[in-house]
Amino acid sequence: MKPKTNAVHLRFSGTITMMTIILILGAVWTVISRTSEPSPQQALPPPNPKAGFAAPDFTLDTLDGGQLTLSQLQGHPVVLNLWASWCLPCRHEMPTIEKVYQKYQDTGLMVVGLNLTSQDSVPDVKAFVKELGLTFPIVLDRDGAVSERYQLLGLPSTFFIDRKGIIRSVVVGGPMSEATLQSKVEDLLQEK
Amino acid sequence: MLPFLRVGPFLVQMPGLALLAGLWVATILIEREALHLKLKAPAILNALFYGLFGGLIGARLIYVAQHLGSYLRNPLDVFSLNTSTLNFLAGLAMGAAIAFIWGRRQGLPLRPTLDALAPGLAVVMIAVGVANLLSGDAYGLPTHLPWAIYLWGEYRHPTQIYETATALIAFIVWKRIPAESRGTGIGFLQLVALLTGARIFLEAFRADSLIWSGGFRAVQVVGLILLALLIHLANQWGEPIHSTALLKDSLQNKVNLKRKGGEIPWTRRR
Repeated sequence: MKPKTNAVHLRFSGTITMMTIILILGAVWTVISRTSEPSPQQALPPPNPKAGFAAPDFTLDTLDGGQLTLSQLQGHPVVLNLWASWCLPCRHEMPTIEKVYQKYQDTGLMVVGLNLTSQDSVPDVKAFVKELGLTFPIVLDRDGAVSERYQLLGLPSTFFIDRKGIIRSVVVGGPMSEATLQSKVEDLLQEK
Repeated sequence: MLPFLRVGPFLVQMPGLALLAGLWVATILIEREALHLKLKAPAILNALFYGLFGGLIGARLIYVAQHLGSYLRNPLDVFSLNTSTLNFLAGLAMGAAIAFIWGRRQGLPLRPTLDALAPGLAVVMIAVGVANLLSGDAYGLPTHLPWAIYLWGEYRHPTQIYETATALIAFIVWKRIPAESRGTGIGFLQLVALLTGARIFLEAFRADSLIWSGGFRAVQVVGLILLALLIHLANQWGEPIHSTALLKDSLQNKVNLKRKGGEIPWTRRR
């Protein structure tokens, strides 16, 4: 065997030894670092506007004079859409959201339109809702506190929240296509 | 965490920018290493390009297939791309398969090509760590350690920084591989083994792990299987050695031997 070839062969042997050590240590670490099954209290992650965390709760006035608390919708899959009447992509995707809401509301789907009233006006919101014939509840974020909690980066933003109140997916920007919206809703409905 | 940066009317996605920068540096390093190993650099970069493009299409098609009912009713919506409507694992598998098939059809030798890809892989992993730090993804478990970072409402292990640092270390280890071993596949094996080992270790500090039954973390189990495969490959590749680089080296030695009247170059007396 030539010296160079021999050196390479030795290097391969060294590499195999190194990899075997990593494998053994890794196997031991995998067993040691197993997680215990989470208790129901631990199962609910803290509220954050990100997939995998609980949706930050809020109580806001609705456009028709009532109040809506997000946590009271637990048990239902929820589509939370943040929008404003002056936002063109919001205007384009609203009919799709209404269509999907009409289609799936019998299965328990809830849609909440969270209007950025701090950057909008109630008369404009009412005109928008009337023009597009929206039937799902519209809540008014008058001081912008809720959109701040949701770390709003762009309009529209849509949060898909499961029955336990955990955010499963976030779509920033729009307009969302009907198939995208439907696929996200179907994922939510499949979860028990 | 800095997921977006507002530049005038535009919102720049910082994690995407970090990944793009990483990819750019990776292609430069891959090209340089390919030339060093006397491989067809354009063919390797083409294989990467087709792999990326094919991976993107694959990620989209698999997502569509998983929600076929929705897309059959609105077929044109297949072209309405959104990062949340991609199946990344399927895309990764399809991209790797396409790059592999393309490379084989271009006659690229497997082991030297993988070695040429190694530095690029390390740089991409560094970029992934930075992108995760910017987006707040791949976040760690809550901790009170002095180097904890405040993320998602709690002080947490800076797992993104751990992952960036280990990828950097893996890159440094790759840089120290002697020249005669380059092109044998050893660089690629060592790099992937180090990255996998680091991931198995660091996964325990992640708060977003996918947990399988028995409390096992999915990534750790998959990592162990990958390590076993790497050991199998190293056993196969370790002996006999037939890499292109070594064959060329061996041929060159024979030529040198003839020119110098039978004298073996590395034992030549001065």
